[in-house]
Amino acid sequence: MKILVCISKAPDTTAKIAFTDNNTAFDTNGVQFIVNPYDEWYALVRGLELKEQNGGSVTVVNVGLAENEPIIRKALAIGADEAVRINVNPTDALQTAKEIVAFAKAEGFDMVLLGKETIDYNGSQLGGMIAELMDMPYVSLASKLEMEGTTATIHRDIQGGTEVVEVTAPFVISAAKGMAEARIPNMRGIMAARTKPLKVVEGSGANASTTIANYELPPAKGECHYIDADNAAELIELLHNEAKVI
Amino acid sequence: MSVLIYANTANGKIHKSAFEAVAYGSKIAADLGTNATAIVIGACSDAESLGEFGATKILHANDSKFNDFDPSIYTQVVVKGAEAEGADVIIFSHDFSGKSIAPRVAAKLDAGLVSGAVDYPSTANGFTVKKAVFSGKAFANITINTDKKVISLLPNSVDKSAKGGSASVETFSPEVGAATVKVKEVIKESADLPLTEAEKVVSAGRGLKGPENWGMIEDLAKELGAATACSRPVADMDWRPHHEHVGQTGVAIRPNLYIAVGISGAIQHLAGVNQSKTIVVINNDPEAPFFKSANYGIVGDAFEVIPKLVEAAKAFNASNH
Repeated sequence: MKILVCISKAPDTTAKIAFTDNNTAFDTNGVQFIVNPYDEWYALVRGLELKEQNGGSVTVVNVGLAENEPIIRKALAIGADEAVRINVNPTDALQTAKEIVAFAKAEGFDMVLLGKETIDYNGSQLGGMIAELMDMPYVSLASKLEMEGTTATIHRDIQGGTEVVEVTAPFVISAAKGMAEARIPNMRGIMAARTKPLKVVEGSGANASTTIANYELPPAKGECHYIDADNAAELIELLHNEAKVI
Repeated sequence: MSVLIYANTANGKIHKSAFEAVAYGSKIAADLGTNATAIVIGACSDAESLGEFGATKILHANDSKFNDFDPSIYTQVVVKGAEAEGADVIIFSHDFSGKSIAPRVAAKLDAGLVSGAVDYPSTANGFTVKKAVFSGKAFANITINTDKKVISLLPNSVDKSAKGGSASVETFSPEVGAATVKVKEVIKESADLPLTEAEKVVSAGRGLKGPENWGMIEDLAKELGAATACSRPVADMDWRPHHEHVGQTGVAIRPNLYIAVGISGAIQHLAGVNQSKTIVVINNDPEAPFFKSANYGIVGDAFEVIPKLVEAAKAFNASNH
């Protein structure tokens, strides 16, 4: 079973969000970057579990510049067999998808796994785009994935419940909570990651379809209006008369 | 040129988020001086109701082969609908269905996609759409540079009231390929209001000390017509079902009212709720960081405060507001 896991670089969940260059660029000053949690905790770890059960290999791919190599090494330390970095600084998901497909289409992967979204752009776009460009089935927001030969049984989150679906490999899946338990790399994994192959390939020249004009921070929240605990009932009136939400 | 809106269904009826998407798409169509067409796929008994939200035409792909939700088939139907209508702008709701289809449609049409839009596009300088980024901690204005444009709208973002009007419903029977996804079973988590669609949410955390104390939270939710939610530790300890977990790794919500009881307000929790319109925080620790994000705060013991709120909400409901 040949598994491809797409990983993205994201700012740590506790990073301060600020912008520079007249609000046109994310201020990376002092920001710690991590593997996007949904890619790491759910997609990568489930890929590794499937490899451990069924044999095969796990390749991680990242579209980004050399500065992304520490997070790629982390994915190798967790247990991926090899990594590919496509040497492009992408502007949007469609460009990223095209670059991944340009690399992956001739590789014969049985499945492509990735997180349900990145925690920076929250797009939830890449998986569906890869699936369309590779003409594969796509199951989004999967919380469970079991393989039986080339048939996958997948639980996916839908409105107010779960849908159980069956697809045949090759396919693309975006992983949500429940898919796997996060793994912490051990010393052996970290040492092994230093010598695992990290191949750098040049991009195919795909263009982006969107550009970020600028960023805005949300308007500052007004002061919190405190209500005395003994007079809690006043809250209901305020929610009705002032906030107008009930 | 026209605007095409994919209107998703649930249990054979138009889903709530689709009305907002159609209202949104119809306003864009009016601004562009064109018409809005809605496309409905699979069994649906009330497709014509979309006319009240501004659609002037409804394409209904009602063949029974479309009843199972297969993103690849649905993509083909939407793309063929866009071709038939000459649509340059295609709208989805950024919910479970839109997240599955919108990226495929964008890739198929080689169109720029803004997912999770929170406002109408600005056409003053190109075609720019605002969306939340960094898990709700900021917004980005994204310019779509392609001729065809795809937008998925974050639910509860724009005016979704019915404007009146009517639409013609036409049966739409495009040729599509074979199904790739077989739906075997649908497991309903509960008959209650799904969290992601609730306009009011009452949520509680570790401050409640144990699952046996959730009765008063459910009572308050019931009186307010709200859904219930919880923080991550509560779901991890199995006090509450996982689908109630809101936050960075759980579900992100943006109700009109979010009441947080006994939740300190870790940054990962805030990421899932900070776009709520009104936030109420009830905590016995006056230093709880959540108060910084709250519109209303009560410093006090939940076991005393919540029963008072339940009584007040009951009295409020009884007074026929």
